[in-house]
Amino acid sequence: MALLEVDAVTGGYGEADILHDVSLRVEEGEVVAIVGPNGAGKSTAMKAVFGLVTIRQGQIRFRGEDVTGLSPDRVVRRGISYVPQTDNIFPSLSVDENLDMGAFLRRDGIAAQKAHVYDLFPPLQAKRRQPAGTLSGGQRQMVAMGRALMLEPGLLLLDEPTAGLSPKFMDQIFDIVRTVHASGVGILMVEQNAKQALALADRGYVLAMGRNRYEDRGQALLQNSEVAEMFLGG
Amino acid sequence: MLVDILQLTLYGIVLGSIIALGAIGVSLTFGILGFANFSHGDLMTSGAYIAFTVYTLLALPLWLAFPAGMLGAMAVALAIDWAFYSRLRRSKGLILLISSFGAALIIRSLVQIVWGPDNQVYEPGIQMAVRFGEDIVGSPGLRIKPDQVRILIGAAVLVSAVHVFLRYTRMGKAMRAMADNPDLARLTGIDTKRVIVWTWVIGAGLAGAAGVFLGLDTRLHPDMGWFILLPIFAATILGGIGRPYGAIAGGLVIGIAQELSTLQIPPDYEPLVNPAYKPAVAFAIMVLMLILRPTGLFSGRST
Repeated sequence: MALLEVDAVTGGYGEADILHDVSLRVEEGEVVAIVGPNGAGKSTAMKAVFGLVTIRQGQIRFRGEDVTGLSPDRVVRRGISYVPQTDNIFPSLSVDENLDMGAFLRRDGIAAQKAHVYDLFPPLQAKRRQPAGTLSGGQRQMVAMGRALMLEPGLLLLDEPTAGLSPKFMDQIFDIVRTVHASGVGILMVEQNAKQALALADRGYVLAMGRNRYEDRGQALLQNSEVAEMFLGG
Repeated sequence: MLVDILQLTLYGIVLGSIIALGAIGVSLTFGILGFANFSHGDLMTSGAYIAFTVYTLLALPLWLAFPAGMLGAMAVALAIDWAFYSRLRRSKGLILLISSFGAALIIRSLVQIVWGPDNQVYEPGIQMAVRFGEDIVGSPGLRIKPDQVRILIGAAVLVSAVHVFLRYTRMGKAMRAMADNPDLARLTGIDTKRVIVWTWVIGAGLAGAAGVFLGLDTRLHPDMGWFILLPIFAATILGGIGRPYGAIAGGLVIGIAQELSTLQIPPDYEPLVNPAYKPAVAFAIMVLMLILRPTGLFSGRST
């Protein structure tokens, strides 16, 4: 049984459908990248998993259970965490408080998981008490992922984690994704930097016009001349 | 002249702490529910009158009637939220703003029907001011009424309590988080419904307290809360929307600025601004702030 299965989903926001028969899956502990041109429905596909899109047809299953059409606050309880592309931290709260909020749903002790997050992202350790809004772009992204990891999700959804960051920070973010992955969390990410994302991903999907176009191992997609020509800029 | 400035600053701190108590609530509701609550001033009025009734009818001491005013304002706010705002949660801020305007009119009219349109006071008679500090600031020293001392102490205690709540409790942090970024709060799994209830409890509780203080400092009148709403909005914007700590600072700045604007300048001792135009000072500060730094001193959300 796959961790996440998106099965022939059609849907969008309001009247117009953006996704048409989109299917994808993430196995336990896998990194899967969704790439494709602008307006391909990459982010929409991810938002559909998190209950932010109206789904007209198809089904989404997480650990075999149907989560189609659940609201985000219910999806998060099932063990899926979502890191939006922008505005993904609480800027006036300290780094530590951002992590506290990530664990809002937890009633058990959170100290161990917090220590784990600080181990994953050592630069945050020294800034625990600093308002998250004052950190650098890369460190904010660490806070955003740290917050999402506080519930110990089985699946982490990352919406364009490197958008708007300088190349230096981009490498840093891909390193963070590797680190999180190494800790055993399944990751579904949408990325503009298709090459880097596919190089890091176990598997990748190419979406275009809201439909599945290619699906393969990340490396294989990178070497696919058709994909390279059409979507990766040669 | 120095004595006059200090005296007006002292009055400004008294007025400012009343404004600040109101502004904390406006800032939190604006940040968390996404609209400027025009009925906040009338929540203050309702708290002031409920405390008045408990005080006069039941002949209870004022310190017992005071929490009744806070609880009363909380009940009014939760009832209004249930009756109106909860049905409009998904609407735009403008729709909620207009409905809060309606709620304001309803509260004010009810206050007028129940308690009448005339001025009322908690304690008849004029309270003698106490003089102090003559040896420090020079003759004739500073004046303050015992009620004003009570207001200052009460405001300090309440602000400290709110600080502890916002800083150290799980729900307080969740309120600040939701004021920061309501969408992310929802995605994170924060129980936004409970946060909203707590927002009204804290915001309206402080409004009720501010109403009693305002009634104590001046008099009770059905329009009392409505008239102080403008300085409260100014303080909220000055401090940054969704920034309760900014609202406290903003309240003190507005209060002091309003009082200092009446400073009488030698040689002809004309006041800087005619006292009748005191609220215009708050308005001017608000407009300036919106032009120069719309996110406020504490970088709140620009809405």
